[in-house]
Amino acid sequence: MIKDQDYLKKIADICLSKSKKLGSTDASILVQSSVSENINVRNKKLDGSERSENLGVVLTTYLGKKKSSIASSNLKESNLKELVDRCIETMKITPEDEYNSLPDKDLHFSGLKDLDLYDETHLSNEDKINYIKEAEDEAFSNNKIVNTNGSGFGENKSNFLLANSNGFSDGYKTSQFTAYCEVVSKSNGSMERDYEYTSKRFYNDILKPKELGSIAADHAVKKLNPKKIKSEKISLIFDKRISKNFLSIFASAISSSAIAKGTTFLKDKLNQKVFNTEININDRGDIKKANGSRYFDSEGIGIINLDLIKNGILQDYLIDTYNGKKINRKSNGRASGTTNLYFENGSKTFSELIKSEKKLLYIKETIGHGTNIINGDYSVGASGIMIENGEFSYPVSEITIAGNLNNIFQNITLADDLEFNYSTNSPTMHVEGMIVGGK
Amino acid sequence: MTSLLKNSELSIEKADKIVSETLNSCDDGELYIEDTKSETIVLDDNKIKSSNYTSDLGYGFRAVTGDTVAYSHSNEISEKSLKNSSDNLKSTLKNNSGTYNSEIKKTNQKLYKDIDPIESKSMKSKIELLNNMNEYARSKDSSVKQVTASLLAEKKNIEIIRSGGELLSDNRPLVRINMSVMVEKNGRKETGVYGIGGRQDYDEYLKNDNWKKVCDEAFRIANTNIESKPSPAGEMKVVLGPGWPAILIHEAVGHGLEGDFNRKKTSAFHDLVGKKVASKGVTIIDDGTIDNRRGSLNIDDEGTPTERTVLIEDGILKNFMQDRLNARLMNTKSTGNGRRESYKHVVMPRMRNTIMLGGTNTQEQMIKSVDKGIFAVSFGGGQVDITSGKFVFNCTEAYEIINGKVGAPIKGATLIGDGPSSLKEILMVGNDMMLDPGIGTCGKAGQGVPVGVGQPSLLINNMTVGGTQL
Repeated sequence: MIKDQDYLKKIADICLSKSKKLGSTDASILVQSSVSENINVRNKKLDGSERSENLGVVLTTYLGKKKSSIASSNLKESNLKELVDRCIETMKITPEDEYNSLPDKDLHFSGLKDLDLYDETHLSNEDKINYIKEAEDEAFSNNKIVNTNGSGFGENKSNFLLANSNGFSDGYKTSQFTAYCEVVSKSNGSMERDYEYTSKRFYNDILKPKELGSIAADHAVKKLNPKKIKSEKISLIFDKRISKNFLSIFASAISSSAIAKGTTFLKDKLNQKVFNTEININDRGDIKKANGSRYFDSEGIGIINLDLIKNGILQDYLIDTYNGKKINRKSNGRASGTTNLYFENGSKTFSELIKSEKKLLYIKETIGHGTNIINGDYSVGASGIMIENGEFSYPVSEITIAGNLNNIFQNITLADDLEFNYSTNSPTMHVEGMIVGGK
Repeated sequence: MTSLLKNSELSIEKADKIVSETLNSCDDGELYIEDTKSETIVLDDNKIKSSNYTSDLGYGFRAVTGDTVAYSHSNEISEKSLKNSSDNLKSTLKNNSGTYNSEIKKTNQKLYKDIDPIESKSMKSKIELLNNMNEYARSKDSSVKQVTASLLAEKKNIEIIRSGGELLSDNRPLVRINMSVMVEKNGRKETGVYGIGGRQDYDEYLKNDNWKKVCDEAFRIANTNIESKPSPAGEMKVVLGPGWPAILIHEAVGHGLEGDFNRKKTSAFHDLVGKKVASKGVTIIDDGTIDNRRGSLNIDDEGTPTERTVLIEDGILKNFMQDRLNARLMNTKSTGNGRRESYKHVVMPRMRNTIMLGGTNTQEQMIKSVDKGIFAVSFGGGQVDITSGKFVFNCTEAYEIINGKVGAPIKGATLIGDGPSSLKEILMVGNDMMLDPGIGTCGKAGQGVPVGVGQPSLLINNMTVGGTQL
């Protein structure tokens, strides 16, 4: 069972009062409790079960502009006191940093908590096993699926309390139900794997097992017997599961920490055209039941909605208290990053998009870590499907795609098929003229 | 005799009893208890940005029968909590019954000292070191615009209680010193990253002002990249430098030789034991027994002593890397590769120090033999798709080779290849085998574990380079 708010509060109080007693001028504390249960199935047979109970505390103490942190999962009172001691001792000898402080009191969250982020539904292990076996059954009904890499179902419940010495003290429960199915297809000596994944706060919102299995099988079969193509300049279509990655890159490039240090290609681009005029990007924390929704960030600051890109123009950064001070801006509640980040729909249908050029390469998977936030260089491994005259023709693999994000962002056209499946979501994306490395 | 349970509400006798009673009817399993202390201090943007100390104590209780694994972990160490876990394991395995294999090899292996690297250097001197690194790096050139330096130390003590009361333990120190430098010149920005570390005290790595060399190297890489030109795209010959570039070996073949993927027949290598998978002269080992190395362990996280496992010998595939579960199901013995990130994670076969042994060629010979290609000296991260065998990694320092000579630096190239076939494309193996500086972390199924790699210079006949220049 996850611990209730009273239990978490008791631990928070022990740490806060102990650190005050030892001379800290300010302190903040996070106490978290979570229970997760995961079931793994492989080839329709139970492969494993995992149950985890986690309890942990993170304490940050301040002495004026000096700061230090400790974290622990050992919540015995004697151990906690020892750790607070240690935290205070370290704090005293850490140099001052003029930007260190608790968040602005006026920005603390205070309001209704009505976003529906917790589903108390509990599935027995049997129910979990049945769900995921049904998904694998469906995948195996495709005769090219010969094996699975494992499929799983997870249920996670957590509760937390965030408190600081300025009087903030709040927390709430969240839940997450997750299922994935990863299958292996085989034909004519070619072996490929692919997956489908679903994750929602409410059990009723996740994909039905049959859909999960059939989508995974379909993905894996479509990759069979790929060709390698010649190096060329070609326009790409990014599948929704990849196009959303560009939003994550964008988010790290406008984090106040990167802006303050100058380690981003989007430094000094505020109020400038970063994308073409068709593009709008929003970050909204108040969508009911959504994966990225939250009431306040990891400093207790209330979430406000941000229109980050309007008609291609950069309107705002993602700001926390510390880095906000460095760039003379107030926090906008993004110490824990983005919430529900998405591109607004474009004006073309998916079918119009894939018919927009005679030859297009549809990218379904990228591998590697080839994004350089500092200068915008982008180069990753990829696989996908060639589109000729608007029709999917043959799978392609062992290629690289490369470009610079400054150009890529200007050359994006979006379809009108946005769905809120993850916390970061994008419609299908067309990017003109990228360099593919192949034969 | 156990120290980790000493101050808890759970006595060793009670723990023994619950473990034996739970695991008696299973094939395998253990209670794994872990006490980890770690400290991270980061200097960023001219300031000590954070000093974090973490103390984590918990257990993971595992029962295995057939190919089904039941796992329950908690950081509440009490009889009640362990009994709950036991009930949970029993309910998963209720329809299965096995015979407990109590056999486990013993060892007196001592590859590192039982030290506490956090306490052996004072906080004051750690802060002073970071400030010195910052100042020194910034003083190298006015083009240095940003510096991030960090110190990480960890002491992880583990205990394994097996059915029947057998107790195995290991105390593992680990440190890492990191440096990242950003250089800005003529409107261009590039970074260079370098680090060192292993299972000794900080001072062993800081001897002879060694920290200056760490700064020098990070600056050199950033400064080289400032002059870089766009990378070519397409298939070409690739010369790899010695040491850290062996993450190619780690990605291209290492993961594909882990027991789980082969037992499940999802690895491109699963039916190739005894067959030729690499050029003649290519020998690859996974060695957990090198003194003080980041990837070394006295015993793995199931209690099996680590060893030097020959994976590929003179081009022929010899062995997979095994934990106890996959070894049992494949009728072989564990090679001491059973590892986990922490008590919160299940054991899987993982690499330790994965090394290609040296050959006879010189790097000069390799470069001379290339008309058009690239010379890759250092890499960022890599990734592999086990099933298709495709792998990528990103060059952080690379040069073009034209007519047998090293030319201009090239930027941000990605290399992509096919694991099983690229090993057969190795044309020359260098005589300059080198281990990496002690910085690698390998990720698999969401778990990160410290690893090492090593290799000599290599000439690969044909790889696809991903750049922007057609």
